Amino acid sequence: MSDHDHTHDHDHPPHLAHHFDTPTQQFESGKLGMWVFLATEILMFGGLFCAYAVYRANNPDVFLYAHHSLNTKLGAINTVVLLASSFTMAWGVRAAQLGQKPLLVVMLALTFLGGCGFMGIKTVEYMDKWEHAHWVGPWNEYHPDHQADESHAEADFGPDAPPENGVLPEDHPAEGSSEAEAAPGMVDQSPAPTGVEQPDRATETAPAPQPDAVAARSPAEPALPQDRVSLIRPAANAPAGLRTEVVAGDDVPVAEAPYPSRETMTPLDRDRTHIFYQIYYLMTGLHGLHVLIGMGLIAWIGVRAFAGHFGPAYYTPVDLVGLYWHLVDLIWIFLFPLLYLIH
Amino acid sequence: MEHPPNEPQATPSDQLHDPGIAPDQPHEEHIHVVPLSLLAGIFVALLLLTIATVGAIYIQAGDLNIWIALAIAVLKAALVALYFMHLRWDSPFNGVILITALAFVAIFVGIAITDSTEYRRNLNPPPGMQPVESPDV
Repeated sequence: MSDHDHTHDHDHPPHLAHHFDTPTQQFESGKLGMWVFLATEILMFGGLFCAYAVYRANNPDVFLYAHHSLNTKLGAINTVVLLASSFTMAWGVRAAQLGQKPLLVVMLALTFLGGCGFMGIKTVEYMDKWEHAHWVGPWNEYHPDHQADESHAEADFGPDAPPENGVLPEDHPAEGSSEAEAAPGMVDQSPAPTGVEQPDRATETAPAPQPDAVAARSPAEPALPQDRVSLIRPAANAPAGLRTEVVAGDDVPVAEAPYPSRETMTPLDRDRTHIFYQIYYLMTGLHGLHVLIGMGLIAWIGVRAFAGHFGPAYYTPVDLVGLYWHLVDLIWIFLFPLLYLIH
Repeated sequence: MEHPPNEPQATPSDQLHDPGIAPDQPHEEHIHVVPLSLLAGIFVALLLLTIATVGAIYIQAGDLNIWIALAIAVLKAALVALYFMHLRWDSPFNGVILITALAFVAIFVGIAITDSTEYRRNLNPPPGMQPVESPDV
C-alpha cells in the first residue's frame, strides 16, 4: 500500500488524526457521525412529512384536487435526474476508492450538473405556479386575502360547469327564499374569479377584514346581517379556478379517477386548498435548499479532487458528501409520489 | 489501485464484508468497492421502479394506492440506502441509526394522525358541512 508508506516523525498515514488508531477507525467514525447528522435531517423532514400526513388524512379531497396543478411530467423527469446524479455520485466514490482521479472529477461534475438540472426544472415549476397564482399566502388564488387584480394569468383556469342545485345543502339556512340566487352571487367571492363569471367584481366594497361573505353578494341583494351569513362558501364554487380534467401534455392522464369536482368539494375544502401549496413549497423548498447545499459541497469536493487530494488512502469527504447527496435523493423519492402522484 | 502481490488478500476487516463480491475487486484495508455493474444495476432498478410508481396511479385501488406508492418508495429508498449509501457493507450501527430515525418519524406521524381525528366527534360541523368520517391516510 504505497500511500501508507509515507512516514515521518509520528509514523502514521498523513490523513490520520492523532486520536484515531487506524485510518479504518477514523473513516468509520466519520461515517458514523455523518449518519447521525443524516438522522437529524430525516427528523427535520419528518416534521414536514407529519404536517403532510395529518393534513392529507383530514383533507383528502384537497390533495386530490390541488395536486393537479403540479406537473407530473416535470416531477418524473426530476426524479430521473436526481437518481442519475445519485448514480454518478456513487460511481464517483468508487472512482475515488480506486484512485481514478480523472473519472472522479468527471463524475463529480456530472453530479453537479444533475443538481443544476434539478434546480432548473424546479425553477420552471415554481415560475409556472407563480404565473397561475398558485404561490403561497395572498399570492395563492385560494387564499382569503388573495387580490384578484394581480397580473397573474388566472384566466387560464376557466370556470368549471355551473353549480348544480343539489350540491347546495343547508349552507345558508337563514337565507330562506333567497337561497336560489345565493349561488351566483357568491361566485363573486371566489378567490379565483374569472372574467366570465365575475364581471362586476369592482362592486365589491368590503375591505379585507370582513371575509367576503357579505360584501360579495350581488349588488341587488341587500346585505345580510353579519350574524346571519355563513362564512363558509357554497359548495358550488368550491375549488374555483382549478381544472378537474387533465389537460393533454400537462399532466399524466389518470383514467376514470374519482377526483373531486367543484360540485362535490366542500367549501371548507376549497378554503383550505391554499394550505396544500404551503406544504408543497415547504417540503420541496427545504429539499431544494438541500440540493443547493449539496451542490456546493460537490463543487468543493470537485475542486479538491481536481487538486488530487483524494485517493484510496483518503476519500472520506467524497464518501460523506455522497451520503448527503444520496439522502437528498432519498427524500425526493418520497416527495415525488406523495406530492405529484396523489390518487 | 491494484494490490501488491504480497498484500494479504483477507484482512480482518474484510471478513465483515460481503463474501459475494467479486474477489478481483481491489481492496484496501478499510475499503469496500462496490462493483460498477452492481451500481448500474441498482440505477436501472431505480428507474424501473420510478416508471412503476408513475404507472401505479392507473391502478384503481382506492385507499390502497397510497400504500402502493409508499411501498415502491420504500423499496427505492432501501436500494439507495443499501447500495448507493453502502449500508449493506457498513457497520450495522449506521443502519441502526437510520432505522431509529425512521422509527421515530413513524411514531411522530402515526400518533399525530391518530390524534388529529380524535376530537372530531366533539366538534360542531359548520353550517352545510356533513360530519366527515375519519379517512384512512
